[in-house]
Amino acid sequence: MLGVGILKGLAETGRNFVGSYFDPKRMVTVEYPEQRLPLKENSRQFPFLVFDGDEAAIGLRCVACQICEKECPPQCIYIEKSKDKKPDHLGKPQYYPAVFDIDTSVCMSCQICVEVCPFDAIKMDNQYELSTTDRFGGLLLNRDQLTKPNGYFQTLHPTDASEIDTRREEERVKAAAKARADAEAKAASAAKPKVAATGTTTVNNAPGVAS
Amino acid sequence: METLEQIRMRVLAACPEAVVDLVLNPAPSAQHSLRVDRDHLATVALFLREDPSLRMDYCSNVTGVDWPDRTEKVKVKKTVDGVEKEVEETRGIPGCLEVVYHLYSVALKHGPVILRVRTLDRAQEVAVPSLTPVWRGCELQEREIFDLFGVRFDGHPDLRRLLMWEGFKDHPMRKDYVDPDDFEYEPTPHDRVLERAKPYQDRGGTA
Amino acid sequence: MSGGNGGSTQGSGSPGLSAVDRFALLPQEMEDGGGSWLEISMGPQHPSTHGVFRMDVVLEGETVVKLKPVFGYLHRNHEKIAEGTSYLSSMPYTDRLDYFCSLTNNWAYALAVETLVGLQVPERAEYLRVITAELTRLQNHTCLAGFLMQDMGASGTPLMYGFREREFILDLFESLTGARMMCNYMRFGGCRCDTPAGWLDQVRTVVTDYPQFLDEFENLLTGNEILMSRTQGVGVLTKELAVNASISGPCLRAAGVDYDLRKVDGYGIYPRFPFRVPLGDHGDTYDRYMLRILEMRESLKILEQALKEIPEGPVIDPKAKLRGFRPKPGEAYGRIEGPKGELGFYLISDGGANPYRYRVRPPSLINLTVLEDLCLGHNVADTVIILGSIDIVLGEVDR
Repeated sequence: MLGVGILKGLAETGRNFVGSYFDPKRMVTVEYPEQRLPLKENSRQFPFLVFDGDEAAIGLRCVACQICEKECPPQCIYIEKSKDKKPDHLGKPQYYPAVFDIDTSVCMSCQICVEVCPFDAIKMDNQYELSTTDRFGGLLLNRDQLTKPNGYFQTLHPTDASEIDTRREEERVKAAAKARADAEAKAASAAKPKVAATGTTTVNNAPGVAS
Repeated sequence: METLEQIRMRVLAACPEAVVDLVLNPAPSAQHSLRVDRDHLATVALFLREDPSLRMDYCSNVTGVDWPDRTEKVKVKKTVDGVEKEVEETRGIPGCLEVVYHLYSVALKHGPVILRVRTLDRAQEVAVPSLTPVWRGCELQEREIFDLFGVRFDGHPDLRRLLMWEGFKDHPMRKDYVDPDDFEYEPTPHDRVLERAKPYQDRGGTA
Repeated sequence: MSGGNGGSTQGSGSPGLSAVDRFALLPQEMEDGGGSWLEISMGPQHPSTHGVFRMDVVLEGETVVKLKPVFGYLHRNHEKIAEGTSYLSSMPYTDRLDYFCSLTNNWAYALAVETLVGLQVPERAEYLRVITAELTRLQNHTCLAGFLMQDMGASGTPLMYGFREREFILDLFESLTGARMMCNYMRFGGCRCDTPAGWLDQVRTVVTDYPQFLDEFENLLTGNEILMSRTQGVGVLTKELAVNASISGPCLRAAGVDYDLRKVDGYGIYPRFPFRVPLGDHGDTYDRYMLRILEMRESLKILEQALKEIPEGPVIDPKAKLRGFRPKPGEAYGRIEGPKGELGFYLISDGGANPYRYRVRPPSLINLTVLEDLCLGHNVADTVIILGSIDIVLGEVDR
């Protein structure tokens, strides 16, 4: 009979329509912005800089090596190195970025800067509601706007953050142990010549004279 | 499929006046190609399509390549002040535009056979025979090469610009193409972008 | 307008022009057939042209007499950008070529570079590539069926059903790669990162639920009389023309030519998966639509097998370098069977960090070679449907 196909199609549409009232598989509308779907763990939007501890000025991981600036495909990162150095988590003095600008209107969220960073200093945020009325300045994020604490990074990517934290802790412990061993070795080598010096003076002194 | 050397022998046997060179590919992919001269490209292409053991009936890709003029230093024996010495001379190698065809066979399911053809130079003598009468799939790709590189294809049924608009003057994919001076303000310029942005730094934006 | 090279034609105005003459003349150059011809520009802003795409159509009444597609509205000169950046930095740009199928674009580019350099890809990465590519094919064909119905006037219902299922697949991509569409996941020598915990089980759930959705979809559409009468016999593509015009992908197979790169080239680990290649009989729009539905079912079979067999192991070749990647001079052409057709990348390297020549072989552009041949003699409304069944994405056509 002509029209059977259309009737079957109408039955299908009817099933979807009626089901959208009580079948969870067919209730797919999420009324944004009142309702929001939770984002996945790996979801990425724009980068941010990570600092350890409480003080951004002390704990900033970025050492201004400019690798992310070179590798960024649309070249949206702009870095200026500082003139002085500050110690990193291993105790070694490193430069830090005096200027670190990311132009989020150019950034294409490709995550290459995160992949190439050797210091785990830049990571992907998942904030996407960054719209502003200021066409150029409002979308240009500077270093202070980009810096966020490690605790925030742990809430975003728990698996990655825990791996990185354990690794950095191991490195710090190893560096501290090495520093202690170096200090002990130096102290030992500093103490040795004094013992030898007293030995020679007693020999050189005239016998019978109390030293 | 036979090796490229054997194909070359058979092509030369079929079209004796053609000049066919084997271009070796040093990469591990080992996709060597045949360079054909401009005058016999159409006959070679037709032979490759009709030959029963090759049956190259599918032209997969047509690419344009720009080889700009280069100079190289060569050691030449010359007489200077009566003494024969070896002198280093700079010799200019004229550039050209090249068109590369990747051919496959749907009937016999083998390939690729890669053909290359060069123009005489980059300025005036940029004509090359079109292979659209042999493989219709070259039509839009040859138009694109005409648009972006400037190679004229003789025998193409409809040679117009494809991607750029009518009236556009230059050929964008050439190595010596200069972008027009219509630069917009950008907040994070550096390197090359900074040089071009300097004249416009005070225009627009509130950074 | 450069006047073209069609100087050998006579400008005779009768509609009975020979094929070559008709082919060569632009719409502006043809003489009007007694005042009854109408030239329309189905301009770049049109809801049915799948992006910014223009067709100059010359009509006699409602019948198409001549059709010239006009491209270039989305031209970003991607090939020149790639000559200015390194090999790795081009990878996010390949996402944006065919923006529906970013993972297959990534795979094609990674394959071309691996052919150029000779990198080996570990087993687990190969399986992940197959899984993501087949998921991409599923969501692309679902969208295409939806958009085709939209063009036919079904005002969005099949499209929204398709999008609803596509959301599950995009959620999978988001948990794996971080982004729903611009995935940037493949690297030279493997994949960027391993799967998060529980991802493979989520994929199994989606793959198990998909056939039921496909059955509902087919119930809605395949036997529908309106669909059948509008698409059967419309836009017939013959085998010889298809092969000669370098058509690839589902359009070629709908014409009856058995050429699927997954079988012919056998790239990656596809030879391990026994799947059938559906072929069309008539080469019309209905065949192109049905072929995509059948291909979706074959993709589900491949996915089930891949999910069963995926081994543990590394996901990237340890010798592959992320920074400072300088391949030796040479060239390579790597191609895959993308959802739209044969997507190929041709790279010429001169030993530097940037490619010397980087060329994308766009399946959508080359499939449009025959648009005029398919549309001649049909109505304007059929033009829209034929364009929809060829499945173009302007990001790929214009690059």
